Amino acid sequence: MSDSPLRRTSLYEEHVALGARMVSFAGWEMPVQYTGIVDEHVAVRTASGAFDVSHMGELRLRGDYAAHVVDHLVTNDAKKLVDGQAMYTCACNEGGTILDDLIVYRRSAVDWLVVCNASNRSKMSAHFARAAKDHCDFEDQSDATALIALQGPRALELLATLGPEAAALSALKSFTFRDTSLVGVRCTVARTGYTGEDGVEIFAPWHEAPTVWRALFGAGKAFGLKAVGLGARDTLRLEPRLSLYGNDIDETTNPLEAGLGWVVKLDKGDFVGRGALVKIKAAPLARKLVGFEVTGRGIARHGYPLRDLAGAEVGLCTSGSPGPTVGKNIGLGYLPGAMTAIGTQFLVDCRGKNVEAVVVPTPFYKRRAA
Amino acid sequence: MSGEVPADLLYTKDHEWVRPGADLAVGITAFAVEQLGDITLVNLDVKVGDEVTAGKAFGTIESVKTLSDLYAPVAGKVVRINAELATRPELVNEDCYGKAWMIAIQPSDPKATSTLMDPKAYTAHVQSS
Repeated sequence: MSDSPLRRTSLYEEHVALGARMVSFAGWEMPVQYTGIVDEHVAVRTASGAFDVSHMGELRLRGDYAAHVVDHLVTNDAKKLVDGQAMYTCACNEGGTILDDLIVYRRSAVDWLVVCNASNRSKMSAHFARAAKDHCDFEDQSDATALIALQGPRALELLATLGPEAAALSALKSFTFRDTSLVGVRCTVARTGYTGEDGVEIFAPWHEAPTVWRALFGAGKAFGLKAVGLGARDTLRLEPRLSLYGNDIDETTNPLEAGLGWVVKLDKGDFVGRGALVKIKAAPLARKLVGFEVTGRGIARHGYPLRDLAGAEVGLCTSGSPGPTVGKNIGLGYLPGAMTAIGTQFLVDCRGKNVEAVVVPTPFYKRRAA
Repeated sequence: MSGEVPADLLYTKDHEWVRPGADLAVGITAFAVEQLGDITLVNLDVKVGDEVTAGKAFGTIESVKTLSDLYAPVAGKVVRINAELATRPELVNEDCYGKAWMIAIQPSDPKATSTLMDPKAYTAHVQSS
């Protein structure tokens, strides 16, 4: 990364007051943990947790051609969205590899919001701005937009205590959103998240986010609310097998081998990367991202080589950690097509020590229906 | 930073503690534990009778997020290892100066502990970390 000073979100003072340990992440000084990764993880699985994800990028496209511009840059079909609906998607380059994974929100036919990863903000901002030029209005609203994720089985119940408008948000269906007001702050609230639990993500004006955050923590005690840092964010997303850009997917991987074929709609009309993806789909995949469980004594980590039982290097671990809820050491990694069947045994090279692992079905964790 | 620094132990800059006695029991300090967070795996790569070298790794410790090496504070022969840590890594979080001792070393040089920090020096080291 660059040598420029780390940026702080408008919630920085809140994190410090809550005893967070701050780390550098994608140019930001962000909380990695408050009370402990496992403690925060369990809070989100069993009660509720609040995350500051204000570092993420918000790109706004408006105008008659905004829908077309957005749809042309993403692999999923934006034309299927209705007002107030959002979708997960990849954006690929011409070679069919992944520039970023995004959530696209249709506010109206002529007003679109795209949320991108913090680490990709400048790249994606330039990418969308270039495509929008002469076609629609483009605005990078990241600096003006804070984002709080409130996640967990009790998240909606907690939110409802903030007033009648907040209570009405319980009616939001998964991957829908609406503009509303929370404790006097105008917000956009979406029923989305990155934890495998029920919950919402709250977009608020940058300097008003602390008002919302404090209101949540003011009411949160009865709902087991804890502040959650990047450490638990990673374990919470790994168990339900949600991809992490820069780990599991990047510009060297395509969505089909990453298990994201469900957001690639080759029949939706032309889009950036479609030609390459059609070719990739026509042949058997050389490698696939699989979930695995480490059965030996070891914890797989990002970047560890994967070996066949004879010891030959055949793949790469992209994510790995103990799964606090599943109670096993789990991971994701790319393996050759012939080694991706459930039950296939292989080795994880944990710093020179080969530890047994087995391909298992994913997600590792799925929440029970409410 | 917080973290207890018992007065009867000696310390390394890598945050191991040493308990002087008939042999030298070794563990990691409360400061190290606080930095690591929830300990999920302790791997001792030595067995009784092995020789260890001062400053060289004798094992690894893993938390949810990271892996760290465990360094031998002094050179010598491993005379005891704490096998319980293999199945109960959480002992490191619960009792890092007691039940979570890791190995005990018979130093090859009886004066080896003179290179270690006393509690006062270690406290200053932690405060500057």
